[in-house]
Amino acid sequence: MGLERSEIHGILKEKFGDAVLEDHVEAAEPFVVIRPDAWEEIAFFCRDDQRLRFDLLSCLTGVDYPDRKVIELIYCLDSTPNRHWLVVKAALPRDNPRIASVESVWKTMDWHERETFDLLGVTFEGHHNLTRILCAEDWVGYPLRRDYVMPETYRGIKNVIY
Amino acid sequence: MPDIKTEEMLLNMGPQHPSTHGVFRVVIRTDGEMVLESESHIGYLHRCFEKVAENNTYIQVVPYTDRMDYLCAMANNLGYAQTVEKLMKLEVPERAQYIRVIVTELNRIASHLLAFGTYGMDIGAITPFLYAFRDREMILKIFEKLCGQRLNYSYVRVGGVTFDITEEILADIQRFCDYFEPDTIKEYNELLSYNGIFISRTAKVGVLPADLALSYGVTGPSLRGSGVKRDLRKDEPYSIYDRFEFDIPVGTGEMGALGDCWDRYMVRVLEMTESVKIIRQALADIPAGDFCDKKAFRGVKPPKGEVYHKIEGARGEVGFYIVSDGTTKPYRVKARGPSFCNISVLDALTSRGDCMVADMVAIIGSLDIVMGEVDR
Amino acid sequence: MSAAGVLLTGFLLLGQTADPAAPASGDAALAVAAQEAAAEASMAQGESVDIAGAARALARERGTNADQGGIWIEALWNQVIDPYLPFTVPEWLLVAVTLLLVCALVFGFINVYALFAVWLERKVSAHIQCRLGPMEVGPHGLLQSIADGIKLTAKEDIIPRLADRPLFILAPILVFTGVLMRFVPLPFGQNLTASDLDLGLFFVAAVGSVEVIGVIMAGWASNNKWSLFGTIRTATQMVSYEIPIGIAFVAVIVSAGSMSLQEIVAAQRGWFFHWYVLENPFLTVLSIVYLIASLAECKRAPFDLPEAESELVCGFHTEYSGMRFGLFFLSEYAAMYLVSAVAVVLFFGGWWTGLPFLDDLGMSPTSSPIASLLGFLLKASVFVSKAVFLVFVQVWVRWTLPRVRLDQMMHLCWKVLLPVSLVCLVGSTLWHLACGGSGLYGLPALLGF
Repeated sequence: MGLERSEIHGILKEKFGDAVLEDHVEAAEPFVVIRPDAWEEIAFFCRDDQRLRFDLLSCLTGVDYPDRKVIELIYCLDSTPNRHWLVVKAALPRDNPRIASVESVWKTMDWHERETFDLLGVTFEGHHNLTRILCAEDWVGYPLRRDYVMPETYRGIKNVIY
Repeated sequence: MPDIKTEEMLLNMGPQHPSTHGVFRVVIRTDGEMVLESESHIGYLHRCFEKVAENNTYIQVVPYTDRMDYLCAMANNLGYAQTVEKLMKLEVPERAQYIRVIVTELNRIASHLLAFGTYGMDIGAITPFLYAFRDREMILKIFEKLCGQRLNYSYVRVGGVTFDITEEILADIQRFCDYFEPDTIKEYNELLSYNGIFISRTAKVGVLPADLALSYGVTGPSLRGSGVKRDLRKDEPYSIYDRFEFDIPVGTGEMGALGDCWDRYMVRVLEMTESVKIIRQALADIPAGDFCDKKAFRGVKPPKGEVYHKIEGARGEVGFYIVSDGTTKPYRVKARGPSFCNISVLDALTSRGDCMVADMVAIIGSLDIVMGEVDR
Repeated sequence: MSAAGVLLTGFLLLGQTADPAAPASGDAALAVAAQEAAAEASMAQGESVDIAGAARALARERGTNADQGGIWIEALWNQVIDPYLPFTVPEWLLVAVTLLLVCALVFGFINVYALFAVWLERKVSAHIQCRLGPMEVGPHGLLQSIADGIKLTAKEDIIPRLADRPLFILAPILVFTGVLMRFVPLPFGQNLTASDLDLGLFFVAAVGSVEVIGVIMAGWASNNKWSLFGTIRTATQMVSYEIPIGIAFVAVIVSAGSMSLQEIVAAQRGWFFHWYVLENPFLTVLSIVYLIASLAECKRAPFDLPEAESELVCGFHTEYSGMRFGLFFLSEYAAMYLVSAVAVVLFFGGWWTGLPFLDDLGMSPTSSPIASLLGFLLKASVFVSKAVFLVFVQVWVRWTLPRVRLDQMMHLCWKVLLPVSLVCLVGSTLWHLACGGSGLYGLPALLGF
């Protein structure tokens, strides 16, 4: 087996210092919170560092917290050779959520970032084709935001709520 | 002789097409029979499961997980139930653990059987499909006996399973295992796996190198076909998988190149044997006792917190990220469907200029996607 | 639509029979003389009416070296019907009615056979796949095809708005006509041919190309990209595979010394080792080449690329519905029978059972009419059974094998079948010159058998 969570967090803190804002190694799912502007650099480091070698990004989750006025992005990283994993969080301001795209680090982020853009309205800077992927191209609003209201009609089709 | 003027053609494959395994659309740019470039479009089956989950209680979410990967619903149930259990720090009775393993592995066989059959059909052999359905039917009959459902089981729930497994059903499963392995699998190999035309259609087609696969987040049999020995049942054993002896088949490049369609296909066929192995061991060891945690069945109210948990479904890593705010409804449920990532690699595989229209079908089939899971 | 096909075939027959063999252009006195000769022949045999003898006499009189279906009907007319009619029937009407009758017979045969073949295909595929297949309509679903036929004719006829209307309508007719015309020189038994052309085999190969044109028209007129794909694949495939088929034809023509299908069969008389499949090793290989190539010619699996349902939805007939689709369907099954029957003629001894004592039934000039009739029926049923068995083999192959890819299909044709067939053509010709036609790879000749 690979490294413990606390060791991985330690490596990140050592390398990036204050870019790692919080370290919650005691949580049910240990995670680090990073500064969004440092994400691309951290991502490259996570993939290429020989101790970490996170070659598989399994999941990108976005959670909307209207009361805290943030949208949290949660990246779950996985390493197939070292068999350890890591959860990285980045909190973005809700009124203008922007973060660097890591499409060039993990190709799978192409669709995952498009999905997050589609459903939560997060802009990934540097993504080559940031368009809606699951909803229709002319859909209005971001469904996974907590204050999202279902439109009454879509292209003249009435939305029936049971 | 002056050059003959040729034109490239844009071809819309899908959303309704026999080989896209659901409502999936690929726009392909072709030069004659050669595919120059393809662009996938998904979302035709999007129903925003994640939004729906926010408005339902933890127990009410279970049936929605069925409908993601409807061919391997047990694994989705299990993934969801285990995530919530991890959040609640809930211990599931021993018997329930065994039942979960048995049904998940049976469902994996059923799902691989369908993948085997439809893949044969994609390549043009219709007969293996009906053989696969004949055997899949036996599994579905067992499930029907077990929980009254044939496809969307909602059988594995937070705290255990819905109904206890009876001696009769255990005997049925035993009988199925004896029938299925090794004779029936041998028959499949004779019928399709080692057929000359089948090999010539799938070997060296759609070669997916391991690093590309990982970069695209491809998991499950499609990744193992590229020779990466990654199986969450072994790597990060969840439930009670650490108690069983089984191998992880990986692609070997036996028929051509490592990671070609044939490798991906063969991994599934070999995996069915391994699943039977697990089921046999589980059947031998299954203890008596409770099949569920009664308290969890009455209502689920996990503490505040969040957790990510992943299991090995039939198509790869089924992951759930659940955020709880301490109420009976989840604050956020994110489902990571393996098909979503697996199909995203399609464009990279088909845009290399060595793919024909017929190969397109072979590649989509070898990735074995379920659109219910891609679009969620 | 179908009527158009029949008529076209009819006109063609008219053209073909307008040679010295036909009474229409022949000398009237000659015809009268033949009638008299036939009458004498029947008198010589006693009071019984000998149609076979009359027909043979008629043929001998006209100097044709092979009997024709038309002569049989003519003999029947001369012997049984004409003497008892109170008025004389004009010669041209007689010819026209005869031709129409022959057309109707061939067309009827194709229809009845197609109904049976569809049922056979469904039953065979079902049993291969551990199913029962159609069981509801008639005993073991025998009447299922009729129900399907009714459904097809009753269906709405849809023509896409952007389709090229005239071409779209013409295409299935042309395809069906192409197949139907190939039935003209095809024997159904001894002396049972619509018209035994001297150029029979050449005609079969040449007219087959009409079908390709129809398919291209269908795909182009549909204005559908998938249809276009199917069309191009069909054209590529059929044009390519005609070459090994043609070479197989030539090799047999060399051995038989004739292009007439009747004579090719006649040359294989005797023990079964006189069939061309066992004539020499090269012809054995060529028969396999022909069978493979004919699968491709009929667009059957593993060469069903033109209508590969998992790739092209339905290929060139994606946009067709109702009876227009039915015509494509009918021509596919008719073509299956046709290539099988040609294979039987070329390699598998036609109507001969391969056992001389059975084959000789009703063959000698002194045979009784009953024996003649029995022999005739036996030969017809042997021929059709052999052909239907080969149809069954095609069905069997279809439900067993996956589909090849376009480049593999072309590879097989140009790099395997074509060189092999060329070598076999040369080999077979040399063998024929050296050993003659003793059959069984020349062994009987060596052993003095």
